Amino acid sequence: MAATDKEVRRIMDHCCQAMVWAGILSVVLVLLLTSLPAVSGVLPEDRADALYHSYDGGGVEVTGPSYLIRKGDNKRFSGSINYYADSITSASVDVITQGSPYNESRTQWSGSLDYMHADTTMTVSYGNSDESDYTADTYGFSISQSMFGDLTTVSLGYSYGNDDITSNVNPDLDQDAEHKNYHISLTQILTKNLLLSLNYDGVTDQGYLQNPYRNVLVLNDPLDPAAGANFNTPERYPRTRTSNAMSASFLYYLPYRASMKLFYRYYTDDWDIDAHTAQISYTHPWRDRWIFDASFRYYEQTEADFYADLFLFPDQQNFMARDKELSEFKDYTAGFGVTYNVFKQGWGHLDKATINLRYDHIWFNYDNFTDVKNGVIPPQADTYDFTADVIQLFASVWY
Amino acid sequence: MKYTKHLLLPLLLLLNGCSSLEPWVKPYERAHLADPIMSFSRDPVSSAYYGHVYQVREGARGAEGGHGGGCGCN
Repeated sequence: MAATDKEVRRIMDHCCQAMVWAGILSVVLVLLLTSLPAVSGVLPEDRADALYHSYDGGGVEVTGPSYLIRKGDNKRFSGSINYYADSITSASVDVITQGSPYNESRTQWSGSLDYMHADTTMTVSYGNSDESDYTADTYGFSISQSMFGDLTTVSLGYSYGNDDITSNVNPDLDQDAEHKNYHISLTQILTKNLLLSLNYDGVTDQGYLQNPYRNVLVLNDPLDPAAGANFNTPERYPRTRTSNAMSASFLYYLPYRASMKLFYRYYTDDWDIDAHTAQISYTHPWRDRWIFDASFRYYEQTEADFYADLFLFPDQQNFMARDKELSEFKDYTAGFGVTYNVFKQGWGHLDKATINLRYDHIWFNYDNFTDVKNGVIPPQADTYDFTADVIQLFASVWY
Repeated sequence: MKYTKHLLLPLLLLLNGCSSLEPWVKPYERAHLADPIMSFSRDPVSSAYYGHVYQVREGARGAEGGHGGGCGCN
């Protein structure tokens, strides 16, 4: 499956589309910046959060903390620092069939600085993610403009990421990857009870995009499926990927004090993955101190054009993958959250403090990824599914 | 590409009238919108974590809304 002229043209079309939209929005922003009277914008609130997170599903356990501190000068500047860590124990279906369970950790530092002038806010950001075989640096810039008496806020953003990929089992592997992300968003006050948010992200990747540890499943003898299959052929991914994602969210203040959010996202990329995401969320305060949240999320995607659950030959195609995240599947999430406001009137230098618990249960159902742990291969093997529990416990203070 | 030039002219004409546009929701009518329950991302630390949970387990990425994309953590 060599990259044909048609595919190259398709990639170019995706890139051009993203650049054209970014260009149009730039023109819009520049014209508005020069034509509107200045209205003072608002910087994010000063606050600090300490979060403990836990994910447990499909043989994978990931736990760790995340700390986020934001402080500004109440005039023009606001800065934030985030430390995030994952401690991973993995005995996933891939690990069981192709390797042995492992433990590893990942740490991530990121920071941002906002500068506000009249109704314009500019943000620069930097992030670094580090694990034993993967290092990533990301640099970002965004500009946000509120207009029409603060009814509308438009944001443009660009980020550039550079990854360094090595392998814990192959000392010769040293690869890199680049990521460029173009972001446009618009937040609109529609009525005194209704907000709309539109978002677009165009992402281009170039470089080593595959997992160095994962192999594809190939028949031992293409003429005799009864002879079984093996995991001796490494995955081979294209070295480029371009994706477009668009979303719309409506947030509505109900006739009593509660809110409802509807979210929809469409995603498409040049690996032939199309995805739909829909979510409904309900938030209900109770008395002075409590806020309850409930949500349901649905996700579905088609599979990448070079994905297969089982290949006939080791060289069947130029690009070959058996990553379940690239297969056709659906997932559903039911979530519940509770927030307790600790102070009624603030305390000392603290304006407010909350304690928060969120629990989500996710069902993953794969349509074309089978469980071959027991040695039974497709098409006799059962399709794979699993559930995951996601817990977040965090405390927040405003000052 | 061919649609771009057809879009630009109406867009520029539209923008020409922007500076005279009156806000249809006055500042004193925004009490409900200022309520913390009307935030697209009430707790950024939690939104970022949700984004990460889904990004590493699903093929789609970006336009999550409420928080920025691109942590470089593929």
